[in-house]
Amino acid sequence: MGRTLSEKVWADHVVRSADGEPDLLYIDLHLCHEVTSPQAYEGLRLADRVVRRPDLTLATEDHNTPTWDIDKPIAEPTSRKQIEALRRNTADFGVPIHSLGDKDQGVVHIIGPQLGLTQPGMTIVCGDSHTSTHGAFGALAFGIGTSEVEHVLATQTLQQARLKTMAVTIDGVLPAGVTSKDLVLKLISMVGTGGGAGYVAEYRGSTIDAMSMEARMTICNMSIEWGAKAGMIAPDETTFAYLEGRPNAPQGAEWDAALEYWRTLCTDDDAVFDREVFIDATLLTPFVTWGTNPGQGVGLGDKVPAPESFNDEVARNAAQRALEYMDLRAGTPMREIAIDTVFLGSCTNGRIEDLRQAAEVLRGRRVADGLRMLVVPGSARVRQQAMDEGLDRIFTDAGAEWRFAGCSMCLGMNPDQLAPGERSASTSNRNFEGRQGKGGRTHLVSPAVAAATAVAGHLAAPADL
Amino acid sequence: MDKFTQHTGVAVPLRRSNVDTDQIIPAVYLKRITRTGFEDGLFASWRKDPGFVLNQQVYSSGTILVPGPDFGTGSSREHAVWALQNYGFKVVIGSRFGEIFRNNSGKAGLLVATVAQEVVEELWEFIEANPGTKLSVDLPSRAITAGDRSHHFEIDDYTAHRLLNGLDDIAMTLQHADQIEAYESRRPSFKPKTIPVLVSD
Repeated sequence: MGRTLSEKVWADHVVRSADGEPDLLYIDLHLCHEVTSPQAYEGLRLADRVVRRPDLTLATEDHNTPTWDIDKPIAEPTSRKQIEALRRNTADFGVPIHSLGDKDQGVVHIIGPQLGLTQPGMTIVCGDSHTSTHGAFGALAFGIGTSEVEHVLATQTLQQARLKTMAVTIDGVLPAGVTSKDLVLKLISMVGTGGGAGYVAEYRGSTIDAMSMEARMTICNMSIEWGAKAGMIAPDETTFAYLEGRPNAPQGAEWDAALEYWRTLCTDDDAVFDREVFIDATLLTPFVTWGTNPGQGVGLGDKVPAPESFNDEVARNAAQRALEYMDLRAGTPMREIAIDTVFLGSCTNGRIEDLRQAAEVLRGRRVADGLRMLVVPGSARVRQQAMDEGLDRIFTDAGAEWRFAGCSMCLGMNPDQLAPGERSASTSNRNFEGRQGKGGRTHLVSPAVAAATAVAGHLAAPADL
Repeated sequence: MDKFTQHTGVAVPLRRSNVDTDQIIPAVYLKRITRTGFEDGLFASWRKDPGFVLNQQVYSSGTILVPGPDFGTGSSREHAVWALQNYGFKVVIGSRFGEIFRNNSGKAGLLVATVAQEVVEELWEFIEANPGTKLSVDLPSRAITAGDRSHHFEIDDYTAHRLLNGLDDIAMTLQHADQIEAYESRRPSFKPKTIPVLVSD
């Protein structure tokens, strides 16, 4: 029987396999950031261990870092302490780091692909659940906890039980104004936040084939939001074209050898998935969330659902709680929901293509009175590229704030936060209670919807303007 | 990691589904660089509500948490496990868990016991009818005892083995260093390295 893409990549990384034990997988790339690594490095010190392969490890600073005044010391003492710990740890253990101010600093899942470190057929881990992003290149990539970070630092391997496989097949041409973000939000609403538990997903079909690497990364990024361990897309000409010439991509004969291997990385015709899901892309519309988990979403043209409309008691209770937290009434058209803050950025939608899409909508327009819009490039390099293209001027002319790179308002642990009761339209990945700041209310949207919403003052699509 | 065989303690019913790790511990509490001291961040926003279950005297010394389905989804933060442990929890009993949370729990020594949602409902009713009641959780027999009822729970064999013996994963893996070296010797040379540091133009 044939094998799926994930089974091929898995098999190529098994160091050791024994009955009754998880496989021991070799890890090709380990990415670190300041929040989930300090206890791991401390564990190494206490046990008198070293980092086995610093040359397969890379650190950056993103979660805690401010997106303004980055040349000044970090004001918040506990954040500063965590950044200082990362700098000390990477120096002590010989791990390379892109610190704040470095031209390649940025959100960990933006810089891996940008540097060409993320390549097909690799195993990639990071103490961050959105590591699934790298699966867009046909890598097996997933988030791990701090105990596992320590394990990878010490051994360059990970104990991992086998996963089930799921195919998510998406066919057809996406309608105008509908993006990969809308697609993945729709998928999560279909399968639920736990729908992928125990699976590695493979996204495939003509819709995926036609997508850019940026759009593919957005989908794979949100695999964890429906519970999948990882999400993958088979590498193709689009993947190879993206990689060729990047700093860490192979060159010359190495490139040819890599390419030959990468072309074998696809699911065999006679391979069987444990589960399959199908989506007709032609039926999709802009999709937004109304609740407090990423599965609580509807079409932008729909209304806030009534809790009674859910058959399942658990879903009904969750909807009731979500409406209370979000201060929404069932039956309210989504387009009538007024927004205070628009956040464009994050590892989900902080790449150059996302900024271009939003800038296209904002060109010649103004952000609504009283609304604030933060534009936060995913990396220093994305920021520079956007400035080279003049996008920063479009944003600032429209009245948006043009920030430095970082995780920013995606999670409330740096200065960019929502105030209690404040409502955002956000291109990030989680609308959990308090995720963007205590008491803050989040609607997840695509970059195009974010930009249109900033102009309209309420949830809107570009076509509404 | 400490060994886990059996635990008896006060059970806390948490009647909520989709308790993501941002709810277990909000990001603003993640800035410590130690593995201890996270108890203050546990369910931080909910604990400001006097009616929240952990604010009820009878449950405040709880050590066994019984939440609704999809507990521990979202962020990979192991701090969620540490916060539960730092507060005093030894066991979480539920019907569905976020994968990374479950994995982290096994690594850190928090027992995650999976049962059918019907069992969770029965436990909730039993606990709420007898607030402050203690449950017993026995790992070798994979049994939860609630009053005169006993329920079987699921846990994967390998995690159970590690918990029962308090094993150190890294030491175990390093016993196979020869196999890691053998693998490294046959890795393709085109695989990327982070050193020397190459930057974009």
